[in-house]
Order: sequence, then structure tokens, then C-alpha cells
Amino acid sequence: MSELSVEHLLGIKYLNTNDIDLIFKTADHFKEVINRPIKKVPSLRDITIANLFFENSTRTKLSFELAEKRLSADVINFSASQSSVKKGETLIDTVNNILSMKVDIVVMRHPNVGAGVFLSKHVDAKIINAGDGTHEHPTQALLDSYSIREKLGSVKGKKIVIVGDVLHSRVALSNIFALQLQGAKVKVCGPTTLIPKYITSLGVEVETNLKKALEWCDVANVLRVQHERMDIKYFPSTREYTQLFGINKEILDNLGKKIVIMHPGPINRGVEITSDVADSNESIILNQVENGVAVRMAVIYLLAQQVKR
Amino acid sequence: MSRKTLLNSKDIEIILHRLACQLIENHNDFKNTVLIGLQPRGSFLANRLAHLLKTEYNIKNLELGLLDITFYRDDFRRKETPLAASSTEMNFLIEDKKVVIIDDVLFSGRSIRAALTAIQSYGRPKNIELLVLIDRRFSRHLPIQPNYRGRQVDAINEEKVLVTWNETHKKDAVYIEQK
Repeated sequence: MSELSVEHLLGIKYLNTNDIDLIFKTADHFKEVINRPIKKVPSLRDITIANLFFENSTRTKLSFELAEKRLSADVINFSASQSSVKKGETLIDTVNNILSMKVDIVVMRHPNVGAGVFLSKHVDAKIINAGDGTHEHPTQALLDSYSIREKLGSVKGKKIVIVGDVLHSRVALSNIFALQLQGAKVKVCGPTTLIPKYITSLGVEVETNLKKALEWCDVANVLRVQHERMDIKYFPSTREYTQLFGINKEILDNLGKKIVIMHPGPINRGVEITSDVADSNESIILNQVENGVAVRMAVIYLLAQQVKR
Repeated sequence: MSRKTLLNSKDIEIILHRLACQLIENHNDFKNTVLIGLQPRGSFLANRLAHLLKTEYNIKNLELGLLDITFYRDDFRRKETPLAASSTEMNFLIEDKKVVIIDDVLFSGRSIRAALTAIQSYGRPKNIELLVLIDRRFSRHLPIQPNYRGRQVDAINEEKVLVTWNETHKKDAVYIEQK
């Protein structure tokens, strides 16, 4: 099989294991490409991609842009803060205006859940969801799984704990879908106020004791505390959060085993993770960033395959 | 579908030896030369030649790379079936080296065009030569000719040249099939 079963990448829940295998296999090839002296291939030289970011982003946007440029696509960038959205233009109007410039693929981040699905039903372009509200962030989950596979050989049978602000995290939900699809066991750990009530219905166990969660797992995927999404106080103070759910060297040293540390970034150093842990040998945070480009190249390449002239 | 044998295993063995000798004539000890087999099918021929050069002709330190050209092809999104990539194994740079590209069948020349572009990602070679087992000389879309050829074939477009190797089909042979 060398074609995705989906026309758009809207979320992990629309993918099957063959799709994930194909994306990873293709990413392996692109990882080899991006480690060459000349890191560019001409595959997408007649494809135009619009990066529509209705919400702030640094690393995801850069990663997508780099992936697109390394595939030789033409790239246009859009950010809501400098656009007619401020003047009251609707999403469909904005996107249709951009598509009139003959855009083939849209990479979109939007603060509203389901924005990607909505768009895919109304416009004639391939849509890649680069994060929709607190819902899904499929390429992040794919690169996380890819990084685990690279570090531990396989995702199947591995125990992964997602630590922190699960409630406001699109990374957590996509990760849960992706990891379970590949046969991993997933737990979440964090303050009860930051764990969604529905989470156990996804087959995920909840652990509120960080030490126990870390003793159980092979991999800890640490999430950022998303202060900007918090409309109320979910925990008494950042200091208390750090004491109960922050990962530091001392906690890891007392485990008596090595676990892999991941973080989707950006890191609040000293809050959810200390610098010595983030920069340690157990951390694969920078590998995640590198793999992000390869995985995004794979996703774009495979979807572009379906754009016929 | 009818099938005619063009080369049997004995013919192929003789041709491989001849090609190896021709390479030695131009590249001596291969000190500044690299062989690059095009994935997937050219890699079998490249591996065979490299093995022969090392074992029968005592060439030491022969550098052999396998190059996948999928991402450089000009028919991406134009084929019925999607293009699937193979692995690239190039553990050296080709800066200022003599490069010999190796493929099994030279047909339209488009694969070689893609390979010439792909090779640029590994540096600027001194020169590039092309070695093929089968040269379908009347089928070219581009002005590309081999420097070394095993056999020239005047097959018409409706005919297909099929190369099988011991490694994959348990038999070294070249057939012409009527489509």
C-alpha cells in the first residue's frame, strides 16, 4: 500500500494502522533526505500550500514551512492577526480568497474545535489540521509516536504516561488515539481539575500520583501548562503544581530505571520540567523537533500524491 | 502474453564480466570512483558488479551506493498507482568523484534524468557515466545514452523488457514480453 486512506489529515481518529505505517515509512526516507548536504527534493515543485494560522504558533508553523520548502512546494503564509479576519471576514471567505490563488493544500491552525472538518466540506483543497482548539493536533501525535518508535524500536506494548494539562491539550487527545492505535498502553497524570471527565471512556487510566505514574511507564510525555487557555484557576499556584507534577532529576533518579522524556514544546522550564531533565540523555525533545519535519514532509507528500492535474 | 528469452544466466554472467573489465579499463583501481545503483532494480546489477570487481578482479575499497530517485521523478501524481520510495544508502559524498550510475534497463531516459538531479544532493561529481544491462535504444524521450551497455535491444513500445535476478526470482534472465 502506498496511498493514504484519507483525503485530508483532520485527526488521528480518521486514520488506520496502515496509514500510520505508510506515513512512518515515508518519513524514514525523508529523514535520510534532511540529513543530506542538500536537504531538498523537487517532488512538489508544482504544488502550492497555504499555511493558515488563526492562532499563534512558532514551532509548528516553522516545521510545516520547512517541510514544504524541502519538498520544493510554493508556500504562502497567513496569520489572522495581520489579516482581514480582524475586519470581520468569515473563515470560508478567507479560505476561498486564498484558494482563488490556486492553492492545492491548506495547513490550518484554528482556535475552534472542528474547524478543519468544516473547511474540508466546503473547499476544494487538501486540508491538514495543524491544531484545532483543544481537539486534535495529528502531526504532533504522529511525530511523537515516530520518535518513540525510533528510540524504543516499537510503540506496541509500551507504557506511556501523558503528564500535565490534559484538559487544554490537543496534543494529548491525538496522542491517545495514535498510541492506542499502535498498541501502546496510555495513562494520564495531572491535577484532577486538568483531567477531562470523559477521558476514561477512551480506555485511558487516570493516575494523580506522579511518582506512581513514572514508576509504571516507559515514556513520559510532559505537557505544557497552558495558562493562556485557563479562564479560571485550575490549581492554587504554579509552585504547588511544580511540587506535585513537575518532573525533576531527583524524581527520575529515584525511579531505579530509565524512562524516555518527551515534551511537545514550548517548555516552561522549571514548571512542568526542569532544565536538567529537558537537556538530559533521557530527553528526546530535540529528536521530536527533527522528526517533526520528516513526518510533516511525509504527510504533505502523501496527500499531494492525490492532487491530480 | 508471450515471452521470449533474450539473455539466459550464462549470457548475463559473460556480460557482467565484460562490463567489469570495461569499468576497470577506465577506472583502474577505482580510487576516485563510486558506483551508484538506482533503486530498486538497478541495485541488483550494481551489487553483482561490485561483488565481481572485488572477488574476481581484486578491486579493494570499492565504494557502492544505492540511490532512490522517487522524489525526483517527473511523473509524481501522473501515474495510476502512487509512487512508493525505496531506501537510499549513500554513506559517502561524491564531491569531485567519478560516478558510475548503474541501472538494469535504459528506456525513456527519465529515470536517469531524475538520478542526475538526485546525485546533486551529494555534491558536485567530477563526471558521471551510465552503465546499463539493457539499452532499448529507440525508446528515448531524452538525449541520454549509456557509456557501458550489456545488450542493445530494438524492442517496440508494446513490448516489455523484464530482468529477473537470482536474488528475487531464483533465476538470472532477461525476457521480452508482448504486453
